This record gives sequence, C-alpha cells and structure tokens, in this order.
Amino acid sequence: MNKYYLGIDLGSTTSKAVIVNESDEIVGRGITNTRANYKVAADIARDEAIYDARFTLLQRKISEGQGENPVVAQYLQDLKGVFKYGQFKRRMDSLELMLVKTVEEFSFDNKADVLVKIKEIIEDIRPLLHHGFIHEDLGSKNQFFRDIVSEKYNAEVEKKGPEFYEKLMLAFDKSINPIENEMVVFDFKELVEESMHYLDEKYQGMATELAANPTVPWANEDNKALVSSYKEVEAEITKYLDMVANEEIYVAKMVGTGYGRALLPFPDDCIKSEILCHAFGAHAIFPNTRTVLDIGGQDTKAIQVDRHGLVTSFHMNDRCAAGCGRYLGYIADEFGLSLNELGPEANKATKETTICSTCTVFAGAEVKELLHNGEERPNILAGLHKAIVQRAMSLIARSGGVRNEFTFTGGVARNQAVLKYVKQMVRDAYGDVTMNIHTDSIFMGALGGAMFARRNISADLPQVAKSNAHAEEVEG
Amino acid sequence: MAQEAQKEKSMVLQKEMVEGLFNDLDSAKEKGRKVCYTFIPGNLSELIRTFDMLPVYPEINALQNAMRKKSAAYIREAEKHAHSEDVCTYVKCDVGMMLKGNIGPTGQKIPEPDILLLSYTGCFTFMKWFETLKREYPNATVVMIHTPYQENGVMTPEMTQYMVKQLKEEVIPKMEEVTGIKFDEEKLRRHLELSREAEDWITKIFDTTKHKPSPIDAYFAGVYYIGPINIGFRGTQQAVDYYKELYGEIQERIRLGLGPITPEGEMKEEKYRLVVEGPPNWTNFREFWKIFYDMGAVIVASSYTKVGGVYDLGWRHDPSRPLEALAEYCMNCYTNLNIPQRIDLLSKCIEEYQADGYITNSIKSCNSFSAGQLGMMREIEDRLDIPVGFIESDLVDPRYFSYSNIKNRLESYFQMLAQRKMMEAHEAIHA
Repeated sequence: MNKYYLGIDLGSTTSKAVIVNESDEIVGRGITNTRANYKVAADIARDEAIYDARFTLLQRKISEGQGENPVVAQYLQDLKGVFKYGQFKRRMDSLELMLVKTVEEFSFDNKADVLVKIKEIIEDIRPLLHHGFIHEDLGSKNQFFRDIVSEKYNAEVEKKGPEFYEKLMLAFDKSINPIENEMVVFDFKELVEESMHYLDEKYQGMATELAANPTVPWANEDNKALVSSYKEVEAEITKYLDMVANEEIYVAKMVGTGYGRALLPFPDDCIKSEILCHAFGAHAIFPNTRTVLDIGGQDTKAIQVDRHGLVTSFHMNDRCAAGCGRYLGYIADEFGLSLNELGPEANKATKETTICSTCTVFAGAEVKELLHNGEERPNILAGLHKAIVQRAMSLIARSGGVRNEFTFTGGVARNQAVLKYVKQMVRDAYGDVTMNIHTDSIFMGALGGAMFARRNISADLPQVAKSNAHAEEVEG
Repeated sequence: MAQEAQKEKSMVLQKEMVEGLFNDLDSAKEKGRKVCYTFIPGNLSELIRTFDMLPVYPEINALQNAMRKKSAAYIREAEKHAHSEDVCTYVKCDVGMMLKGNIGPTGQKIPEPDILLLSYTGCFTFMKWFETLKREYPNATVVMIHTPYQENGVMTPEMTQYMVKQLKEEVIPKMEEVTGIKFDEEKLRRHLELSREAEDWITKIFDTTKHKPSPIDAYFAGVYYIGPINIGFRGTQQAVDYYKELYGEIQERIRLGLGPITPEGEMKEEKYRLVVEGPPNWTNFREFWKIFYDMGAVIVASSYTKVGGVYDLGWRHDPSRPLEALAEYCMNCYTNLNIPQRIDLLSKCIEEYQADGYITNSIKSCNSFSAGQLGMMREIEDRLDIPVGFIESDLVDPRYFSYSNIKNRLESYFQMLAQRKMMEAHEAIHA
C-alpha cells in the first residue's frame, strides 16, 4: 500500500492541506476558507487535497498508458473545475433548505413573500453558477463557496427584492454559517461522472459551434484538439475511474501548523510551528533559499534558514495588523472590491499615493479622505500595497536581511502589486538576489508540514500507533 | 510561590529581610529615620546605610505591584495625570501608586522621601522620574551624581576621580545635612567589606549553571536571588548570610543532580539552556516562566540579574578605596556598559555556560535596555552561530503582554532548537 503524508496549515483566512508521497512529491492540494469551526475547515482542506490526489493518480494512470498528452491535461483541468461545481451544487441545495428553515423560524409577517423571493433568487443563482463553472472557469479562481454565493446573492437581492432587503440579508447571514460549518462528504466517482457529463455537453456544443464557424475566437490548436478527441479522454478516465476512486489514500502521518494549530485535533507531536513549516516548504521547492518572507492573513514573518531548510532565526509582527493580509481584506472592503481585484487595480496606478497612517483602521479613514480629495483609486491602492511591503522589509531587516536566495510565500504572494513592490524593494535594499515566487506559495506551510510528517515517522516510532489510529479516523 | 511552599531556608531569610524592611519603612517617620529613594542600577546602598537611612526603590515597588496585579490601576492613574502611553511603565506605576496614597506592595505605607538620590544617569528616564517626584515632594533634597558612560569600554582614573569629587562635594555633604549624621568612613568600609563578601557568593551562585543539569534558573529564579542586594541589603551581614545559605542549598541540588525549582516543583528534564537579555515581564511573570519550564528550557545566564552590579569579570567593592569603589560600582552597571562590552559579556556567558540559544525580551517602555538589542543579537548570532530569538513584552503594563503571541514565538523558537539539536546529532553520527 502506498503511504501518504498530510500537512494542514490552518491559517486565519484560509486553511490549506498538502499530501506528499514517499518521495516528497506533492500529489494533492486542498484549500478552503477558515471558518468558525476549525475542525471542519481542516477536514474540508484535507478532503479537497484527497480529491486532488485522486485526480493526480488519474492523470498518472492515463499517462502511464499513453504518455504525456496536452489534451488529457486540459481535460483534467476542466474536469477539476467542474468537479467543484458538483460540490457547490450540493451545498446550494443545503443552503436553500436552510434559508427556508431560517425564514420559517422568523417571527416577522409576510414570511410567505420572503420565501417566494428566496426561491426566485436561488433559482437565478443556480444557472449563474452553472455557467460560471462550466464555461468561465470559475473553478480555477480560488474562490470559496461563501465568497461566490454571497456575492451573487447580494447582487440578486439588490435586483429582485430591495423591499425585503433586510429580511433577505438576515436570512442569508443566519443560514450561511451553519451550512459552511457543516461537513459534507462527496462521492468522488459520482461527482466525476456528473462532471464528465457536463463537459460532454460543453465540448459537444463547442464542436457544433466549430463546425458552423471554423474561425470562432476560441478556436486555437489546443481547443480544436480537445474538441476532436475528448471522447478518447473520457474513455480513458472511465477505464481508471473505479480504481482511482477506490484507491485508499493512506495517510501514514500528518502534521498540523498555522495560526489555529493548537485547536487542531492532533496529538502534540503532530503540531509544528508555521515558521518552521513555511521555511521547510519553501526550501523544498527552492533549495538555495536562505531568506523566506511569508505574508499571511494575520502575521508577517521573515525567516532565515540554513542549507537544510531549518530555521536559524525569525522575526514576526505581532503588535499590529497593518503589514499582513487582513489589512488588504480591510482595504478591499473599504473600496468594495474583492481581494482578487486589489492587486490588478493597484497595478493600474500612475504613482503611489503616500499613506501616512501605520494603522489598518486609521488607514481606512485616510483612504476616504484621499478619495474625497480626488486621488485616483489605483494610486491610493498602490500606496497601500507599498506600505505593507515597507513593513515587511523592516521585518526582513530586523531578522538579518536577505542573505542569499529569497523566497516569498503565503497567501499575499498571490497579489501582483505586493509582488511588484517586494521585488523592487528587495532589489533596492539587497541588490540582485535570486527571488523565488511559486504558484503554490500559499501552500508552503502545508507542504512543510507534510514533509515533516514524512520525516518524523521513523524518528518517533513509539508514536506510530497513535498516528495510525488518527489517520484512520481522518480517512473514515 | 512554590519556592515558598518548598520552604528552603534561604527563602525564609529573604522573606524576613523584605518584611523587615517594609516594617522599618512603615515606622520610619515615628522613629525619626530618614528615607532615601534611589534606583537599582548604581545604587549607593552602603553609603545610604552609613547614614543610617532606609532605602526605597521605586522599580522594586513597581515590579512587586505588577506581580500582585496592582500595576494596571496605578498606570491608569498616572495616565489620567497626563503621563503619556509611551512613558516607562515603572515610572507610571510608581507615580500612580504615589497618587493613590503611596501604599506599597505589602499594603504598608511607604514614607515620603527625605532624599531623592540619583546615582546613575545611564537611563535618562530616571532624571525625569525624580523631577516628577520632586514636584510631589518639594521638601525632599535632590542629590544627583553623574555617572560617565563607558563609551570606550574602560573606566579611566579620571572618570573615577570625577565621581569621587561629586561624592565628596555633593553627595556626602547633602547626606550629612539631611541626616544630621557625620560621615563615618570606617563604617562605610565595614559595609563595603560585607558587600565584597556577598558579591563573592553571588558570583559563585550564578556560576553553578555550569553544571548539567543546571541547579538554578538564572533568570526566573535569578531575579529572586538578586532581591536582597537590589532592595538595599548589599553591605549587610543579613545579605551575606542569605547568600551563604543559598549557595549551600544549591550545592546540595548539585550533589543530588537536581535541576532548578519552578513554581510547579522540580524541573524534570533540562532540554535547552538559554541566555536571556532584557528584563522579564512582571505582570505575567508566572505564565511567562511556565512557557519556558514547560518546554524544559532553563536560563543559564541573564543580563537582567546584572543590573544591580556586574561581578562576573572580577570587579568587587574594595573597602580600602571606599569612595573609588562606589564610583566604579556605578560605572560598572550593566546598562552603563557600552554595546561591545555587553556583547562580550553575553558571549562569555553563552560559551561558559554552554547555552543552546540566546533570547532577547524587548521591553516596550524601556529605552536603556532596548537600545542596541537587535544589533547585539545579530552580532552574537554571527559570532557564536547560535540560534537567537526575539520576543516583546513590557515591564509592568499588562496591556503589553500578549500571552498567545509570546507563546507562539517561543514555541517556534524551541521547535527550531529541537530541530537544530536533532540535526547536529545526526551530523555527528554521520560525520
């Protein structure tokens, strides 16, 4: 039986899980938003990583048979996105039931009218989700159920039921939390088959469109190949699906890390500091890394590591949030933007407005004043992004500076504007050092955790029985 | 404290000394004894005793109040009287206590000062502190002796002479005037002789951390050990007896192979040996200590236990040169050493006591300790290739002690040390 190792990074904003095999290769990644119930967040991240691991196995099985094939890769990528849709659809069903139940328990009048509105709103959201996931690649955008549904629900309420605004919003607020904190177990095979059915429809539609107009805008070589040979990929997947769905992803050991690690239901020896995990993960991907900057939701860490990836010193902020991800979240709210829109908007700036306030909350007031004075939104955002990076630079300096290769990790590394300023300021302060940023930056902590899990197993033999017992519970 | 629960004889002696002092202070006015307020770094304890005065140490009151959870209210009181949020919290705690009737940590009244003796100026806040006190106690005589900073890392004869001149022309005459007692050099010599004896014992005591396991914690328990010399008993037979007793007890722990005593009993396994720079946090002293002993970390040396005098390098009060000895004592305080001297001193501790790590506790409201701490840490890290850690808290303001943040950092730090030890062991096997 193959053994796998799981790392879970329970952050303040997102919970990440990574599964590695016995060669430290990442076979699965899972991410979800952290919610009130930490265990659910950790379990969902883990389940997501396990589904992802099954997709990896599927891909490996197919390439064992026929070698690397770009059509297969594209198909599987689409499949993963639509797979998410299947999960969302089921959560939508639960949400609808919960909304109805919530409204029925309300004491106000005209409940019947509100219920009608809710039904209408949900019926409108469903096709939007369907379209978004199947035709617009919403599944690859790293957005979570709560974010997507809230956004669409709010928009629909504005449109459909402004007269019931408060009641509709109250119903949603009261319903989303229990739904989000509920653990749902999905049947991998069932969801894959359902997703293949949707993709079949999608590609058939594309084929018809292409036949009618060979020069449709999306008609590049890759898409043409996909449309002409997706049936073969389907057949391949069908061939291995049972095997992959039934394969036991045996987690031999796991390590929990992150801001909420103490709350994870893990044995003590399976809890590791996120500082060590981030450093170890970053070092695994970029072995020459000597300095790691991690900007997460609630803290920023500057970490120095040795040639083994072991931490030699670190510095972190803990007095103030104005240098970390939550600051961006707050600013996004101030501007009515989503987190994903912040970086691109800031990158449109023609100059960086100086932000004087060093406090997250006061910066909000400053932003309003600047807007009032006619400053351009992108320029203000650029200033805010720069301010965050300046704080991070001060931590780096306090930890001993950038000594050699520099790796940037954490959720905020996904923000393009932050990235731009980090590169610029590191170069200005420390010269031409190699700077690494990986698409998996947000998973570095979980990766480090998984790698620690793999290493500790022989060192802590007496703990193996305990860990196995726990692994079974996790698998069950 | 569990130390009290264990009732070692030295603890009983210390308790008696403290109670005796506060009782004496309580009855000072009725008995006509003069009271001298002064600070720990560079305290002229022997001179104060020579004039038969009773000492009051505002920092001691502040930290004692913090340990008794009284400091927050006092700080609020001081802030109500326009002391800014950033002012040293020892000052605010002390001023707040005074504004609320000057009832000391033991519940007894602290008498008003007859003399405000500022014998050390390395911390400029001390000057402001006494300026504030002077306004509150206009009848008190201010005596100030300027201590030259060891800028070049040496005490020159000129520096000593400069201080002796101040002692002769300013400090002693004013003390004679206030107390009505003529300066008795012989008496001072006798106190200095006792100081020297106590200092020998203290050095031996803090040197026992060479043993593995270390029989004492040189920081968390160390602050109790330096208690007697830091609250005015330096230069007394009582202090000598206390240290002699304590040393005997520690010798017994060594003989039995025991680790340090913690509030929850004996520390069972010594996993990490650390050197700590910076004062401890007092508001959450027990919690702070617990994080360390729960992890099996023992502090083998700390700079804080040297604030009332640095004796490791051989310096002692010399009765044959009484005024010179007082001068040198002031100049030789830890916070009057320059940064390279501090680095050398801490490096020596790390090497001699075979420390696995070096931790800085940076105090939000203490300038004299915080200045240069990061640079010192970097230098020590580079020089000795030792894992360093940095935490932040405050002296006596509970608002600046974040248990979860400190615990999080320390946990990471200890895991880092554990990894490093594992790696070193691994490399040793495969070398």
